[in-house]
Amino acid sequence: MAAEGTAKGRAGRAGSYGIIALFTIFSAFPFYWMLITTFKSTPDLLKRGNNPFLLNEPPTLEHLKVLFHDTLFGQWIWNTLFVGVLVVAITLLLAVPAGYALARVMGRTGEHLGIGIFLTYLVPPTLLFIPMSRIIGDLGLQDSLWSLVLVYPSFTIPFSTWLLMGFFKAIPKDLEEAAMIDGLSRFGAFVKVVIPISVAGILTTVIFTLTLVMQEFVYAITFITAVRNMTVSVGVPTFLVHGDVYFWGSLMAGCFISSVPVALLYNFFVDRFVTGFTMGAVKG
Amino acid sequence: MAIVETRDVLKMFGDVKAVDGVNLATNEGEFLVLLGPSGCGKTTLLRMIAGLEQPSSGDIVIGGQVVTALPPRARKIAMVFQSYALYPHMTVAKNIAFPLKAQGMAREEQGKRIEKSASMLGIGHLLHRKPRELSGGERQRVALARALVREPAVFLLDEPLSNLDAKLRTSARDELQQFQRQVATTTIYVTHDQVEAMGLGHRIAVMDAGRVRQLGTPQEVYHNPADTFVATFLGSPPMNLIETPEYSLGFRPENFLPREVYGKGDALLSLPCRVTRLEYLGSDRLVYAVTEGKLGGHRVISKLPSNISVFMQPGERHEFALPEKEFKFFDPHTGLRAAPRAL
Repeated sequence: MAAEGTAKGRAGRAGSYGIIALFTIFSAFPFYWMLITTFKSTPDLLKRGNNPFLLNEPPTLEHLKVLFHDTLFGQWIWNTLFVGVLVVAITLLLAVPAGYALARVMGRTGEHLGIGIFLTYLVPPTLLFIPMSRIIGDLGLQDSLWSLVLVYPSFTIPFSTWLLMGFFKAIPKDLEEAAMIDGLSRFGAFVKVVIPISVAGILTTVIFTLTLVMQEFVYAITFITAVRNMTVSVGVPTFLVHGDVYFWGSLMAGCFISSVPVALLYNFFVDRFVTGFTMGAVKG
Repeated sequence: MAIVETRDVLKMFGDVKAVDGVNLATNEGEFLVLLGPSGCGKTTLLRMIAGLEQPSSGDIVIGGQVVTALPPRARKIAMVFQSYALYPHMTVAKNIAFPLKAQGMAREEQGKRIEKSASMLGIGHLLHRKPRELSGGERQRVALARALVREPAVFLLDEPLSNLDAKLRTSARDELQQFQRQVATTTIYVTHDQVEAMGLGHRIAVMDAGRVRQLGTPQEVYHNPADTFVATFLGSPPMNLIETPEYSLGFRPENFLPREVYGKGDALLSLPCRVTRLEYLGSDRLVYAVTEGKLGGHRVISKLPSNISVFMQPGERHEFALPEKEFKFFDPHTGLRAAPRAL
């Protein structure tokens, strides 16, 4: 009996490790592919008989040189960060108080309003870019990064508000009331008690907003034409695909460099991030 | 120290009267308990005193000053919540310092006050822990320390013992009483647990459906209930009620004993009963019975202390008796206490 149990246990454990291994390979493979392609020489990439999963010839830095010397990749990264940081700041500034007000102050009406706000997130940018381009034109912001700083919050704020609303709802009211009795105003209680406890939710919002900004394509290609002002998501495919010629090594290098920071952020805060999403899902 | 008064305080939630014109006044340094079943309005009343709810009409007066329009922070009160509401991101020391910091007190003075209240509640060794690392009893003491540290005029406690297990609750009750007598600060305590109310309060306000049904010392509310609600809410098991069209007769189960237990000279009412069920509770035995004879057909309970070893079994007929001085009469229509009368 005991031996059977142990054997069963071992088989079960092997099974679960197998599944984990499968998922790990599935998730890590794109990163491996980007990394190995970055350092493969062009003949190695194109020769059909080569094993595509390994370096068949000595590694090269050529693709990185192309990326950094022949394109404005560094500038694009800087532009993306510039837009990202500003959009995160604007989103937090508006979504944090909005989420709190909807969760606490407005009762049931707040809940319905929250869902209404979330629905606006679902309107696709492919529809919205037409009226948005008129607004950007009227404001004289064509070709300026500020156009993206203005437009991106239109979809980051609704989702973040909804997400944060779920978070604030999960914080017991007693804590704010205790703070109000202990000598603070409602605003003081919000700043000194609610916000520090909601770090997980705020972090989730930051990561989510940053990810959206980094991957956004439609608005970025519509509003920006000057090469110097492009973001990574537009610059890389525009300059490293010439007709049907793909600069695979440099493309993969560009993708790898811009995706690693986000991947690291996710990994460091994965627990909090998951709590953030599930909380929003259940309580929102 | 201060006197807390509520003047005709009314609170409506939509069409529901949560608190219905309550007039109450504490004494200086008193421990007043608001006791009642869930939904009777006791917590709403406490929250209005704290300033967390605004009364629909009426006034709250603390220390002679009408505070109805003042925010909670301006009322010189401290409150301990049922959940303790400790700030989870702060250490115990920071939790206790929180109200002092909000007042802008000098750091040195803060330190002294924290030390004083922590040592009073025996939590000096916990100051560097976070709330999640504390047991229920320790959390309760930290919450008390945080309430105590700013030397409030009034303590408001909202069922602070209900999250503790039964054993810890007894010792916490004892500590709480000692603590209140020591600081001698006016305290209003909300509970639905009559044992807590009887054990802790100088006076008890028994509430039902948003109204105070009776305000009195534990002895008064137990032995001289103002109406049938108070009579049947207090006591375990509750007061027996024999209802007739002319009167309701109430008597406590512990006064309703087998006839042979009483002496010959006592003025007694004898009631023959048929025993239906027995419950053995260790220190007591509960006898469930149905009366027979002149006042027959009513369910009654007798509580026999373990030193009364009269043998009884279900189905058996037994003569029970009740001293006439223990009769409580109530009006059968209003439920209010009525004058004694002949049976």
